[in-house]
Amino acid sequence: MSTASQPGPVSIPAPRSRTRQRSNYELYSWLFMRVSGIVLVFLVLGHLFIMNILDGGVQRINFAFVAGRWSSPFWQVWDLMMLWLAMLHGTNGMRTIINDYAERDQTRFWLKMILFVAAGFIILLGTLVIFTFDPNIG
Amino acid sequence: MAAMPAGTIYRGGEGMWTWVLHRITGVGVFFFLLVHVLDTALVRVSPAEYDAVIATYKTPIINLMEVGLVGAVLFHALNGLRIILVDFWAKGPRYQRQMTWAIGAVWVVLMVPGTFFMLKHTVEAMFGSAS
Ligand code: HEM
Repeated sequence: MSTASQPGPVSIPAPRSRTRQRSNYELYSWLFMRVSGIVLVFLVLGHLFIMNILDGGVQRINFAFVAGRWSSPFWQVWDLMMLWLAMLHGTNGMRTIINDYAERDQTRFWLKMILFVAAGFIILLGTLVIFTFDPNIG
Repeated sequence: MAAMPAGTIYRGGEGMWTWVLHRITGVGVFFFLLVHVLDTALVRVSPAEYDAVIATYKTPIINLMEVGLVGAVLFHALNGLRIILVDFWAKGPRYQRQMTWAIGAVWVVLMVPGTFFMLKHTVEAMFGSAS
């Protein structure tokens, strides 16, 4: 009967206030900025080189030029990826900047609302244009 | 060795200026992108409307602004790669200052011929072509 003198199991009460469920959103956003950045180096710098520098640059661009490019799925996919990645990367960057400078909760909220609505509109519009492009229009 | 406490004073150093430039170029390029998707969307309206807007891209002043845009994107891209190397490459933080000078050099080396080809037509049109 020596067990009685032994100390019982110690129970440590849970902390009164646990920090609320943590989200990894900011970590994923940080990682996304870097991964999308690397892909955008090829897509955006390639786009700028072809459109502004190669073979006469901007002077040779017109409707027929666009029609010729978008007849190839390669450039359609290129432009679609560039649109989505650049818009998501840029919008996420703008979100960081709003969080940095807008101090009132209300101001922050509404600036981000305007940002997200504008970005959503541009992404949808651009996607629609790439998918529904008609070389024989007008 | 170690006469200078490297990296203890951030404000006013190259690190601050690359950060400021990265932020300004990021915002500038973002707003241009919004406009650029809108002008490209005119291909869904009519060839004439699209060609009319693209014609403004070929005028001297806008052409000069395109050089600025390309320069801004190129800086943002190179500095972005530097940030990524500082974050993920074990020796990145140690070489971040050298990398800042390296991207500056790469920027100049690419922008000199780039500016030449971007402005070639405009300069020829304004001052007469040699050919
Ligand atoms: C071309 C390749 C690009 C690369 C390598 C790149 C890389 C990066 C990186 C690494 C960051 C830093 C994120 C952080 O500090 O956590 C960043 C921020 C940002 N990027 Fe880019 N980016 C590129 C293109 C673009 C484009 C096309 C836009 C505009 C649509 C853009 C807009 C921004 C903005 C607004 C920020 C936030 C700046 C800040 O927080 O100070 N970037 N970029």
